[in-house]
Amino acid sequence: MKYLDEFRNADLVKNGLEQLHKITQHPWVIMEICGGQTHSIMLHGLDQLLPPSIELVHGPGCPVCVTSLELVDKALAIASRPEVIFCSFGDMLRVPGSNSDLFSLRAAGCQVKIVYSPMDAVKIAQLNPDKEVVFFAIGFETTAPANAMSVIQAKALGLKNYTILVSQVTVPPAMHAILGSPDNRVQGFLAAGHVCAVMGYYQYHSIAEKYKIPIVVTGFEPLDLVNGILKTVELLENGENKVVNAYSRVVTEKGNIAAQAIINSVFQDVDRNWRGIGLIPMSGWGLRSEFSQFDAEKRFQVDDIMTRESEICLSGKVLQGLVKPNQCPAFGTLCTPENPLGATMVSSEGACSAYFRYSRVEEIIK
Amino acid sequence: MCLAVPGKIIEIFASPSAKMGKVDFGGVFREVCLEAVPEALVGQYVIVHAGFALNTLSEEEAQATLDAFRELDTLEAELGIDDGFAK
Amino acid sequence: MTSDYPLIQGPVCAVPLAHNDQIVMGHGSGGRMTQDLIRKVFQPYFSNTSLNTNNDFGVILNTGFKRLAVSTDAHIVSPIFFPGGDIGRLAICGTVNDVAMSGAKPVAITASFIIEEGFSIPDLSHIAKSMSEAALEAGVIIVAGDTKVVEKGKADGIFISTTGIGFVPDGIEIGGSYAKPGDTVIISGSLGDHGMAVLSARGDLGFETQILSDVAPLDAMIQSLVTEIKDIHVLRDPTRGGLATTLNEIAVQSNVNITVEEALLPVKPQVASICELLGFDPLYVANEGKLIVIVPANYAEKALSVVRENIYGKEAAIIGTVNSEPKSRVLLKTCIGSNRILDVMAGEMLPRIC
Repeated sequence: MKYLDEFRNADLVKNGLEQLHKITQHPWVIMEICGGQTHSIMLHGLDQLLPPSIELVHGPGCPVCVTSLELVDKALAIASRPEVIFCSFGDMLRVPGSNSDLFSLRAAGCQVKIVYSPMDAVKIAQLNPDKEVVFFAIGFETTAPANAMSVIQAKALGLKNYTILVSQVTVPPAMHAILGSPDNRVQGFLAAGHVCAVMGYYQYHSIAEKYKIPIVVTGFEPLDLVNGILKTVELLENGENKVVNAYSRVVTEKGNIAAQAIINSVFQDVDRNWRGIGLIPMSGWGLRSEFSQFDAEKRFQVDDIMTRESEICLSGKVLQGLVKPNQCPAFGTLCTPENPLGATMVSSEGACSAYFRYSRVEEIIK
Repeated sequence: MCLAVPGKIIEIFASPSAKMGKVDFGGVFREVCLEAVPEALVGQYVIVHAGFALNTLSEEEAQATLDAFRELDTLEAELGIDDGFAK
Repeated sequence: MTSDYPLIQGPVCAVPLAHNDQIVMGHGSGGRMTQDLIRKVFQPYFSNTSLNTNNDFGVILNTGFKRLAVSTDAHIVSPIFFPGGDIGRLAICGTVNDVAMSGAKPVAITASFIIEEGFSIPDLSHIAKSMSEAALEAGVIIVAGDTKVVEKGKADGIFISTTGIGFVPDGIEIGGSYAKPGDTVIISGSLGDHGMAVLSARGDLGFETQILSDVAPLDAMIQSLVTEIKDIHVLRDPTRGGLATTLNEIAVQSNVNITVEEALLPVKPQVASICELLGFDPLYVANEGKLIVIVPANYAEKALSVVRENIYGKEAAIIGTVNSEPKSRVLLKTCIGSNRILDVMAGEMLPRIC
């Protein structure tokens, strides 16, 4: 595929890795904020090919992983209702709530539909006027325009039976939370390329300045990841804390103004509870009052939720890069992709799942 | 958090609620919302996530990135450097 | 002309109406309606000496073999008709292939149908026709069958269960536990076609593709291999769970390592594209007309050319090797030169946005 295959070219990746080995003089701890980048690194075994002194730490950029347990339980309560067709991205189906998950509800006969796009959920609402259609609107800034658009469409079509359960989160507050933590070891950041495609990277200058840390906007293909890590190490070796764009074919400094306008017309800043981390103020988006009729939390009164998280799950620490998945006592034993204790083992881009699937090679080869 | 894939716009049409288009992803076709890329034209590439075009792709920038990595190889050849990096 | 018969008004005698379009409960009752169904829908396509005796059993002649290979499977697919095939072709090919994996020539198949009330009879005829065409291609006869009808909602349209029989020639020992370090691994063609054809055909995710299912009988390919190659270790078709899951089964059974190279795996561009879009890995997507062949290295080139001579093996490729360590594990050497584990598939693959 054009714009994909070229960025998987083994020779170019090799060139980049050689350069990286050449310029790396010191140990560095670099965090990739985005779960998609974690997944790609593991899928291509890139972590095995980096200079051993570079440690990659995986961040909380997995909207599946950070959606609060309370919201997951609310989703389950709503999806259980007979009048509801509950639509969701496939990623959320196996995320464990306190007692169940969407997959099990579907197996038990509840109407749970997987969609590729929130706008497909709007179509389902049009085709089923006698049903309440609810879409689980999770995501970082990348998914916000699509989620917002679905509401704009529903309004334009005059739909009365479409609502969204919002779990939008934003990246900059999470970066502040990680970098501001006394346990922080992160020295450089790979910023999420597709978040920046929408939002640009102008917001990161102040973060780089405040914490004296280089931030490099990075894509997802092997060459993009090598490029991002290479530029980060260059900056670290030179003691520079700038923001650099290593995904320039998709990202500009200002971002996509039209997409931002779509988001701003529908969403406003709100506090968000991040599963495993806790409340981060103004770290999420919620519906503006003029769209409150599309808010599933208001449409369905689901207030009496008693959440119950696994006591041994260390997802929160993993999400902040404080613990590696294989340092968790339950990793691979009590907690596996088939029987996950927490969201980081369920989500295909959760760090625990990525480790389990791809990177136990060294232990196994021994 | 961001599985987004590049595709080529092959058709643009208006729907009652948004600017939409048909995008070709290497022989697989899908309807995509183009509301955030109002100036995009048929034949241009867009990066698509969850049925929504996030941005257009810059061919120039793509080439520049690839060239930079090709040059690393050429540079070494010119300077006669070979540090025997093994796969 | 006025009728001599009185005009009948109100309820009439409940003589069974001729149900030509839809299956009703009566079709599964074993009585006249069942016989009608068999005669009108199945017999035109399944007619053969054994079936035509109308006994409750079929008889097959054993022409002197010591060993019988048997396999059974239930077939459920949605949608029932998909690009490249349908549930009927799938049912016959699936079981023919399973039997053929032993090195046997499949000779006979039984077919049992569970049909949901309301199912279209023209569709059932179409399925029967597909089955007879597939059976003819594979050289098997349908020797026995059964039909049951369940109430609406109790079956997803139609379920077909098949059992296949073949005779294993003397001296042939092929099975999942025979892979040895040093062997070569061959795949007969492109990966992921069936799974992605069916998924696109469902239409829920809104993608248009021209991907065709690869559903096909592999008996002829296997018979050629058995004739030309003296020492075949493993034959298996990578169906549910894809290549990765099937290679894991073999690695565990044989207690060996199998390492495949990403750059050598054949995947059609459209299949690769739709997998990219949905976050699927083609190595875990179902195939219904592909063969894994594991042979000693000195037979590899010959085996490859035999497979490529078959109509369903044109894109065959050598994809990897069997090694001694790490045991019971499958590794993938990536395009950029690292190694990663290829585990068995964990649960159903779901489309993702992350």
